[in-house]
Amino acid sequence: MTLAAPNPVAPPLSLQPQGWVRYLSFSTDHKVIGLQYIVCGFLFYLIGGLLAGAIRTELATPLSDFMPRDTYNEVLTLHGTVMIFLWIVPVVNGGFGNYLIPFYVGARDMAFPRLNAVAFWMIPPAGILLITSYLLAGAAAQSGWTAYPPLSLTTPAAGQVVWILSVLLLGGSSIFGAINFIATVLKLRRPGLKLMQLPMYCWAMLGTSILVVLSTPVLAGVLVLLSFDIVAHTGFFNPSLGGNVVVYQHLFWFYSHPAVYIMVLPAFGLVSEILPVHARKPLFGYTTMVYSIMGIVFLGLIVWAHHMFTSGTPPWMRLFFTIATAFIAVPTGIKFFNWLATLWGGKISLNSAMLFSCAFILHFVFGGITGVSLAQVPFDIHVHDTYYVVGHFHYIVYGGTVFVIFASLYHWYPKFTGRMLNEDLGRLHFLLTFIGFNLCFLPQHWLGLNGMPRRVAEYDPAFTIFNQLSSIGALLMAVSTLPLLINVVLTAIRGELAGDNPWRALTPEWLTSSPPPVENWKGEAPLVLEPYGYGRRSEEYGRKAEEVAA
Amino acid sequence: MTSTISEAADQSVHQPQHGAGHGEEHRDVRMFGLATFLVADGMTFAGFFAAYLTFRAVNPLPAGSTYELELLLPTINTVLLLVSSYTFHRAGQACRADRLVTSRAWLLVTAALGATFLAGQMVEYFSLPFGLTDNLFASTFYALTGFHGLHVTLGVICIAIVALQTHRGGVITARDHFGLEAAELYWHFVDGIWVVLYGLLYLL
Repeated sequence: MTLAAPNPVAPPLSLQPQGWVRYLSFSTDHKVIGLQYIVCGFLFYLIGGLLAGAIRTELATPLSDFMPRDTYNEVLTLHGTVMIFLWIVPVVNGGFGNYLIPFYVGARDMAFPRLNAVAFWMIPPAGILLITSYLLAGAAAQSGWTAYPPLSLTTPAAGQVVWILSVLLLGGSSIFGAINFIATVLKLRRPGLKLMQLPMYCWAMLGTSILVVLSTPVLAGVLVLLSFDIVAHTGFFNPSLGGNVVVYQHLFWFYSHPAVYIMVLPAFGLVSEILPVHARKPLFGYTTMVYSIMGIVFLGLIVWAHHMFTSGTPPWMRLFFTIATAFIAVPTGIKFFNWLATLWGGKISLNSAMLFSCAFILHFVFGGITGVSLAQVPFDIHVHDTYYVVGHFHYIVYGGTVFVIFASLYHWYPKFTGRMLNEDLGRLHFLLTFIGFNLCFLPQHWLGLNGMPRRVAEYDPAFTIFNQLSSIGALLMAVSTLPLLINVVLTAIRGELAGDNPWRALTPEWLTSSPPPVENWKGEAPLVLEPYGYGRRSEEYGRKAEEVAA
Repeated sequence: MTSTISEAADQSVHQPQHGAGHGEEHRDVRMFGLATFLVADGMTFAGFFAAYLTFRAVNPLPAGSTYELELLLPTINTVLLLVSSYTFHRAGQACRADRLVTSRAWLLVTAALGATFLAGQMVEYFSLPFGLTDNLFASTFYALTGFHGLHVTLGVICIAIVALQTHRGGVITARDHFGLEAAELYWHFVDGIWVVLYGLLYLL
């Protein structure tokens, strides 16, 4: 261990950019970086949403009459890549993680603030790279977000290579972010704060970051090999040159199954912060929550081949991965019942944050159950590569994670800006999103069970009615973005002032001004030993503890 | 105080002043960060190794190709790298004992060993009977050794920079020598990977 170096990071306050400029600058303030992630991610969400709109417009009729089939493939690939790598992963990890984790561990910034800024600034170039490749005629990636060879070896090479470069940049950003979270949670805790006293989101981010560190490099490696196949004509994954496509699938899913947990574990953490505040009850089963997060991390790393039951996997492999996958339902179920028990008998205020959180629980249990069904080999072989999978997946990542992102936005917006979001517009936003989402994705399960394949621009006319329902749902989802945007703009102009702690919450980010000052607290960082001590005689417990510590 | 013994000992040295205002010190976690990064880096190699082993188990080589490789040069290279880990260790010892001139000498020896390894690797590349795209084993061989060679190249550059910084009044001192320590950890990692790689590619 080297001796104490002065914090190598923070330049004097006067050197940190102030005002709006700082959001476009190489700021090292974790709060600025967090908001950069969120705003940047939301812009990509709008782009990804437009692409989803294009997909649903095409699928409103059985013929490919809205765009050519190759364009459809490009749009589909870009939609998946943008939504996963540029919206959900950055926002739910980098966005809320950077904003909240230093508060939760009682630190003034992340462990490596400059690395943090580097990690964020890798994202806009990667996004621009990805999207501009679609402006080059005939040069865009068309092989979906999975980029399976040999398909990815036969579609336009330039677009595929640009896609790989972009994903490599985003993977690097993700790894740097994860290193920062692990170091911050494990090493930067305020003295006197034990791991088991941290708010649940810290555990979720620790688990997620472990997954990122262990699995993302494998994706990076396999994509480099894929790019060799495209550029240098090696034959790693090219059967005609003696290569092996299944190896690509194994290595790809070794990242991309954990990627589902990289997207959803932070959402578990965020929802575990939101529910106790608005139900005025302690989080139920803290210890079991922690162990189930770590259980999901472990199991999440050993279930990847359940994506490959139709890839000629041997029977022992099918058996192992089926059982391991079914086991994930146990820790996930524990979390589900803990959330229900947290709500049970609580003094619930059904505001926008709470509505989105409750809808998350509903969607997640549905997506979880369809997930368990997909783990069963006979069933999976029947619905593999059908819309059933699309429906299941969107129930997890949209009905699950994106709903939590919206819940978090309503919950923490007062802290971000010092102003409350309008509740009426918030509930309208919720209603439209909730109806639109379910209308869009519930019929897809039926479509899949009846054999409609995914990733096609044309389909059997027998599927028309459910596809049209789905497209109407997508339209509602697009409309639902408007109340949110109007809400944010109106609030920025003349929103109700929030004060420091509008929700009377106990977690440390509320024990400072809104928005918080650079370095988070004017005085000493508070020592919050019981972040969920609601319903006790004094809800000022956190502050009391702080006085005791002082 | 609830921290573990090692943390407590650490804090007694550093005296972190939480709440001391701007520019405060916290415990130096850079080595921890680097170690975490090396875990990630190691996973990249693990992915490559897994791919290589699966290729070998499942995909037969075309007739006339072989997994056999010339062993002499890579074995000498392996010895060079292992020795370089030792010389780096000596550089670290000397630095901590405030013998900066000695430390610098050991660093230069380490960098020279690393550079010799790279030269040996080049010689091997040019003497191999197969090229990058000849067969699956050839491709995997070049990908693995090439990726490792990139790591060695980066390591040699880092060691050279650290050597330049190690002198009286330089950046590296007996008290504060993060750069040296980081380069050392990284170098041991790269050597460790090579040992696995040597076993899998040449001996298996």
